[in-house]
Amino acid sequence: MKKSLLVSVLLAATLAACSNTAVKEKPAAPVVDSSKSSQTTQPSAASRDDGASTAPAVQTEMSVNPLKDPNNILSKRSIFFDFDKDEIKAEYRSLVEAHAKYLVANPNAKVIFQGNADSRGSREYNLSLGQRRSVAVKKAVNVLGAQDKQIETVSYGEEKAKECKEEACYQQDRRVEIVYENE
Amino acid sequence: MLKKRLFLILFLLLPLIGQAELTVEVVGGAAQQVPIAIVPFAAPAGNATAQQDNVTNVIGADLRLSGLFRVLETRGVVNQPHALTEVKYSDWASIQTQALTIGTVESLPGNRLKISFRLLDVLKQNQLLAMEFNITPAQQRATAHRIADMIYEKLIGEKGAFATRITYVNKENGRYSLQVADADGFNAQTVVSSKEPLISPSWSPDGTKLAYVSFEKKKPVIFVQSLVSGQRIVLANFKGNNSAPAWSPDGTKLAIVLTYSANSQIYVINADGTGLQQVSFSNGIDTEPEWSPDGSSIYFTSNRGGGPQIYRMPAAGGDAKRVTFEGSYNVSPHLSADGKLLTFIKQSPAGFKVAVQDLATGQVQTLSDTTQDESPSFAPNGRMILYATNVGGRGSLATVSVDGRVKQRLKDSGGDVREPSWGSAMN
Repeated sequence: MKKSLLVSVLLAATLAACSNTAVKEKPAAPVVDSSKSSQTTQPSAASRDDGASTAPAVQTEMSVNPLKDPNNILSKRSIFFDFDKDEIKAEYRSLVEAHAKYLVANPNAKVIFQGNADSRGSREYNLSLGQRRSVAVKKAVNVLGAQDKQIETVSYGEEKAKECKEEACYQQDRRVEIVYENE
Repeated sequence: MLKKRLFLILFLLLPLIGQAELTVEVVGGAAQQVPIAIVPFAAPAGNATAQQDNVTNVIGADLRLSGLFRVLETRGVVNQPHALTEVKYSDWASIQTQALTIGTVESLPGNRLKISFRLLDVLKQNQLLAMEFNITPAQQRATAHRIADMIYEKLIGEKGAFATRITYVNKENGRYSLQVADADGFNAQTVVSSKEPLISPSWSPDGTKLAYVSFEKKKPVIFVQSLVSGQRIVLANFKGNNSAPAWSPDGTKLAIVLTYSANSQIYVINADGTGLQQVSFSNGIDTEPEWSPDGSSIYFTSNRGGGPQIYRMPAAGGDAKRVTFEGSYNVSPHLSADGKLLTFIKQSPAGFKVAVQDLATGQVQTLSDTTQDESPSFAPNGRMILYATNVGGRGSLATVSVDGRVKQRLKDSGGDVREPSWGSAMN
């Protein structure tokens, strides 16, 4: 227990560092103290959940579906990317780890990683880029023990992108959505 | 002055719009335009032709929209000739036209029409062209495009591209429809429609089929559809994404992109869906294949060196050579029919723009004044490039001449238009 607390603290510290840089990239998002828990409901606030909220996910309480619990990191389903990039940024590590843990703990659970791109550039290149992003997330959860048969990757390219005029909007489209089976 | 003329052109075009799915506006013009007068063709009495199918109007609109002609007002001239013997050259020299077109539309037995036209040189006072067409009433627009092509070729010295077709995807009321239209945007016909996205239509070299990508099976799958029978086959529905079809110049094969091996790579497949072979092998994205006109090479987009750039490799696979070097993001390669020019989308500080590269010299010119351009393709005569852009928050089509001087917008009438491709001549 003490050990897991230490892990949580370490994670929170790492995330604090990460979310500071994240805030610089996303001027629209308010600065949030990441050591506080997960009451913020910004759409891109996944990175600000601290380690404490991941604990119930591992214990899987019977009464609350952790995937739907807004206080649980597993309810965060978006991983955002830089323009023309498919690297998962450090600020999403805890989110990826939480979903990997869930898949390992629930071997019958199945998930689809849906890759997306913003509307700029070519539709075909963006289709491929969305695919690279979804595969990047798959590889990350594979490394943490999730099995191939639990995971499907798809790309919508820029076909689901919003009508955008500025970076804050484009950034929301460059993402992988995590969708569990039967959701 | 220019704006005033623009407005005038737009105003004159209004009656032409009718039920057309697309309309065209000229936003620029060549420095030197050939002045031409077109006397309204004598039409058969009692045959009320729809305004937008009026042969004279279609010829005039084509020539005007090429940016290379100044189509003069003829109503001020009292004597309106339809036959060669009625032409008084001094009338036409006085309005300073260089060329004059006259003609007639006559009814023939069996619900057919005879269209006759002549192109005359006003300064030399001689005949440059004379031609008759025996057609069905439905072929009037196509015939007018052919006449415009003949006039264009005679006076400009290169082939016209008016009697050609384009394809594009229109998104409207949550539905996607793949359409085929005349090069001026009229006569749009829906080839297929779906609630899920349609992208990347590609013409077979003979213009009788389209390959395209449909998401109707909840993932990208490639279909080939006959424009003659409407029948279609699934060309590629392998594990992962199936996309970016491109016909080989002989029409027997297509280059396609699969994520079968997790990463987008280029494959070649027979036109009936057999004989799949992987031809590109990289750890990056390889996509948007485009055959060279001689069939020996495939140009494609790859991010193997970091950002996306255009490369060329042997069509059977092998070493790829980088082709584009200016800027960090160059995508969507398409070649002119003579294989000498490459058009693509280039990201510049001002946005995503249509560019053209001379493959012999490597010289690159950015052509468009729009900033969210996609999907460029050459007219069959290599003179213009059709592309998609964003105007007022909606996708629309535009063309630009390869020298960047003549720019047109093909305005849609409510839909969100994207993924255009310029096809071959009308059948």
